[in-house]
Amino acid sequence: MEAWQIEYLPILVFMGIAGAIAVIAVTASWLAARQKPYAQKTSAYECGFDAFGDARSKFDVRFYLVAILFIVFDLEVAFLFPWAVALGKIGLFGFWSMMAFLGVLTIGFIYEWRKGALEWE
Amino acid sequence: MIETFIFYMYATILVASAVMVISARNPVHSVLFLILCFFNAAGLFVLLGAEFLAMVLVVVYVGAVAVLFLFVVMMLDINLARAREGMMAYLPTGAVVGLVLLAELVVVFSNWGFAPHIAAEVQAPMAAYAHLTNTDALGHLLYTRYVYLFQISGLLLLVAMVGTILLTLRRRPGVRKQTIADQVARSSRSVEVRKVPTGGGV
Repeated sequence: MEAWQIEYLPILVFMGIAGAIAVIAVTASWLAARQKPYAQKTSAYECGFDAFGDARSKFDVRFYLVAILFIVFDLEVAFLFPWAVALGKIGLFGFWSMMAFLGVLTIGFIYEWRKGALEWE
Repeated sequence: MIETFIFYMYATILVASAVMVISARNPVHSVLFLILCFFNAAGLFVLLGAEFLAMVLVVVYVGAVAVLFLFVVMMLDINLARAREGMMAYLPTGAVVGLVLLAELVVVFSNWGFAPHIAAEVQAPMAAYAHLTNTDALGHLLYTRYVYLFQISGLLLLVAMVGTILLTLRRRPGVRKQTIADQVARSSRSVEVRKVPTGGGV
């Protein structure tokens, strides 16, 4: 393995440990606990009751509006990472090109603010 | 050796979860497998040395797109049994369209070939940045040399934002909202303290 790949080894170890803990927690409780289900035991607990209908229902379109606006700003932030890494070497031009990019998106942000897209009525 | 093992681990999980995305009965499970798929693809990118792509895949696709899919699937009123009813009727048409697409792809890929001088030209602009990490190299090129493309992507995001608002925002009439400015601007005279005699009332 090359040197830069060794740097990611701890992450791989963490992922292995996380997966192992998840598997152990489920199988251990499955093996160690006695499993004797019957109708009363598996029914909804005390104050709960069986669901009347389906959990799926049509929601307000406003939820999707907020989610899509989140994606747009998420992408904007993704552009900021390489800029922050290389900022020392790309000079004033690189700095102002990002400022223009952010300015364009700020126009969009002001538009959605003034339109009331961020307000919940 | 260990590298090959890791590659095959990610690749196997990736292909298996991709198969599960299209074969799972419950659409919510499909989306969860899609997220697993993205994570494994990110692992493969790290293995290739493309760490920026890997992190963006996790941030953008897992963090936003897949979560939005999950959100849409969970909040839409989709009745699967009803959606499957018409399946047999549409199957022949769908099969014909699929076969035509497959034939076209086979024709294209069997005649596929790069022009010989392309390979040299593709590698040329990166030569000066070979010693940098690829996040750094992207930062060097994207904001200066490819500034027009960068600004166009900013405009695309703006159009996406405006389009979303135009398509989905609708005013609901008769909704009573809190107007904070009006509340703050209330004068102190709207509240009055009175001396009330015992047993008298106001």
